[in-house]
Amino acid sequence: MKWLETRVQRRSVLKGAGALVVSGSVPGFVSQAAAADQPLWRQLSPGQLDTYLKISEEGAVTAFFGKMDMGQGVDISIAQIVADELDVPLDDVEVVMGDTALTVNQGGASGSSGLEEGGIPLRNAAAEARRVLMDLAAEKLEVPVAQLATENGSVIVGRDPIRQLGYGELIGGRHFDIRLDWNGRYGNGLRAEGIANPKHPSEYQVVGQPALRRDLPGIVMGTHQYIGDVKVPDMVHGRVVRPPVAGSVPMAVNEDSIRSILGASVVHEGDFLGVVAEREWDAIRAARQLEVTWSEVEPPFPEMDELYSYIRRAPVVRESAGGGRAPDVAPDKASVESALAAADRVIEAEYEFPFQSHGCMAPACAVCDYRGDSATLWTGSQKPHYAAEGVAKLLDLPVENVRGIWVLGPGSYGRSDAGDAAMDAALMSRAVGRPVRVQGMRDEGTAWDPKGPASVHYVRAGFDSEGNVVGYEFRMKAFSAGDTESNESDPSHTLAGMLTGWPNASVHRLNNPGDRYEFPHKVRYWQTIAPLLGKASPLRTAHLRDPLGPQNHFASESFIDEMATAVAADPVEFRLQYLKEARDVEVLRAAAERYGWEPRVSGPVAIPAGGLVTGRGVAYTRRGDSVVAVIAEVEVNLDTGRVWPRKFVVAADQGLVVNPLWLERTLEGNIIHATSRTLHEEVRFSPEHVTSVDWVSYPILEMDLAPEEIDVVIINRPELPVYGAGEPSTRPVTPAIANAIFDATGLRIRRVPFTPERIRSALETVS
Amino acid sequence: MALVNLSVDGRTHSIDVEPDMPLLYALRDELGLNNPRFGCGLAQCGACTVLMDGQPIRACVVPVAAATGELQTLNGISTADKPHPVQQAFIDEQVPFCGYCVNGWIMYSVALLERDPTPTDEAIRQEFAGLKCRCGAHSAILRAVKRAAEQIQAREI
Repeated sequence: MKWLETRVQRRSVLKGAGALVVSGSVPGFVSQAAAADQPLWRQLSPGQLDTYLKISEEGAVTAFFGKMDMGQGVDISIAQIVADELDVPLDDVEVVMGDTALTVNQGGASGSSGLEEGGIPLRNAAAEARRVLMDLAAEKLEVPVAQLATENGSVIVGRDPIRQLGYGELIGGRHFDIRLDWNGRYGNGLRAEGIANPKHPSEYQVVGQPALRRDLPGIVMGTHQYIGDVKVPDMVHGRVVRPPVAGSVPMAVNEDSIRSILGASVVHEGDFLGVVAEREWDAIRAARQLEVTWSEVEPPFPEMDELYSYIRRAPVVRESAGGGRAPDVAPDKASVESALAAADRVIEAEYEFPFQSHGCMAPACAVCDYRGDSATLWTGSQKPHYAAEGVAKLLDLPVENVRGIWVLGPGSYGRSDAGDAAMDAALMSRAVGRPVRVQGMRDEGTAWDPKGPASVHYVRAGFDSEGNVVGYEFRMKAFSAGDTESNESDPSHTLAGMLTGWPNASVHRLNNPGDRYEFPHKVRYWQTIAPLLGKASPLRTAHLRDPLGPQNHFASESFIDEMATAVAADPVEFRLQYLKEARDVEVLRAAAERYGWEPRVSGPVAIPAGGLVTGRGVAYTRRGDSVVAVIAEVEVNLDTGRVWPRKFVVAADQGLVVNPLWLERTLEGNIIHATSRTLHEEVRFSPEHVTSVDWVSYPILEMDLAPEEIDVVIINRPELPVYGAGEPSTRPVTPAIANAIFDATGLRIRRVPFTPERIRSALETVS
Repeated sequence: MALVNLSVDGRTHSIDVEPDMPLLYALRDELGLNNPRFGCGLAQCGACTVLMDGQPIRACVVPVAAATGELQTLNGISTADKPHPVQQAFIDEQVPFCGYCVNGWIMYSVALLERDPTPTDEAIRQEFAGLKCRCGAHSAILRAVKRAAEQIQAREI
């Protein structure tokens, strides 16, 4: 057998002074390999400037970023931020991320916080580095700092071209050895700052300019390495064997049944079952061929058709009007109840949202090399620090002895199956004493990944005799968003962990919609119900892009349109009547203006009999401090039920804009991803198991229904911080499409997805 | 196991494999050609696409012994310093998000433009039936294919 891949040198893992010291090259980015080539030259501490920045003798800057880019260009924006603070050309800044031996844990990709939170320590570190460089230059040149400036990677004295010192000359290859004031936290909340103040936004020259992604040419030319391409010497291929009925566990395994496959063997630990083989195809064959006696269990799920009535009936486990991770806040039900009782008119509606799958382009892959007292993990997880922590716990190793190396995976939109694959690989590597590469088959990426929770939403509003809102109630009842945590730092939150005896650790939490409508007696709360199956469930829930955003805003923003219809108001004007905050108003107005929105009441005069009809729909949302409004223009074929959102306008105020090009792409991607979820996506299941196992049983958007136009309006706010853009434009899409369908047809669709069958049956019900 | 000959990107290889093993594993694991990628193993997504005698095929379902034609992978359509016009257009339009699916879109685009150098929007959409992208690069892909078509046209005039 001949491996033509770039040979991976066996790295030597030496333990010294309590820290993991690593040398040798690792597979991953070419650019990252350069950084990893040298032995670690500094101890990682969030309170050290050297943790974030390094300047070579040639003046090249390396920024060590403890968050991740999952294809939205976060890393290039970090380079822009650092380049501006340091006054170096953008091309001179390299960003290293995803390797736990090279970066501190800033939380990985998480909650659209890559720049909003992750950029802060990098900006501060770069500002502090510039201050130190100026001090060093002042000393060398014997000139007061006040007379110095920085430009193009050098400290300069006025306009004197002779008297300048390049950063490489000043610090090149040496430590800054400067302490930063660290807030003591890891993850998203990690903050560190020096003495220096970062620049005023008016001084930015690189931030705010379009910048190209650096990994993109390699991806397109086919030279970029993905997680599935990682091969290490002596590696074997693993596959996990999943049960035919959810919750069932292996009682007996006939190892003879795979004896015909050379080199194949079984890994059976607790209730975890897998196979390994020298060749990948042999591992796949062995997993299929293995004879297993599974335990008899009661089918754990209701009939698919019963899902929403099940949710309605299920006992409430936790109720709160507050944030999901905050202490309970009792909703003021009496206040809204009396307001609605006194109202002239009350309208109400219920909305339903299905389980949805991450459905990444490929099922997750991971490679783990367990060495008795240490381990190396190659993972596509968007949170490699947490994945390494989880592997350390699973393997009972000190966390500093596990190195996690992120390698680009097949898309990442939250806590996907990547976290499970990491543990599968670790467990199997320990079992067989060799590096193991695990990749799922398609059903594991669709049926067995953690799911976005299914929900029912109840919304009511009351009006006085003049049509003013006098009370508003919003209630979400759903499976918790947190059967599985948003990272895999605890094996309890992974399939392999649960199957090997780690206790269930699910947390009951949901949240309310993000909007700023100023309704009197506005009461919003949520209720969780127990999971259908508590352990290793294919319907366990976790974060999926914009967690709970699509569910909640499908209901809340559809209902706002129903309220506007109830009082014969234009949907944009009705929203503006109750939005008071300037940024909300401006975003909504900007979308309407770009679209050329003429005020009128939504809906056709009469429901047309057949053919193509067109409608428009709007939705506005907030996510944290980000504000987004979307207008969808939809074509509905009344004969076939086909819904085609031909055009979108998306207006977004996400604070300071760092990279308008990839901000625009990110908004585009979110709109299309959310369109797919709106039109197609619904995890199907039977009482025994999840029956969405591939792209036929879990269809997603294809090119036929891709929008013709996505018109992006970005409102730049240089006076504000950067606010997250990775997810917020996801949540308004479903209601905007629903509202456009109503405008076109007069049909109010209150259940996702908007499949042709559902549209047709709604039409039939009306006619 | 059996010896199977494969002609890939102008080179012939003889490999000892299970003849019913999908071509994908031969390309990736035996020949180290990683651009055809595993996405579904069911010919439902296109990530594994290679061209056989100029036609896109799904390497994840074609048995290696049946891949008797001239195979072309993404590696074979260009050289490092001379991207294929489709690749150049995908770079210029900044198409991929994660990029895992991009192999399929590029290979189908190459085959389409070879056959129909001036495809309509409708023709492009039809050609791409069955291809998946999860990050939502669809609009950017449409722009890139049109840009590539224009560039190929301009070059030929």
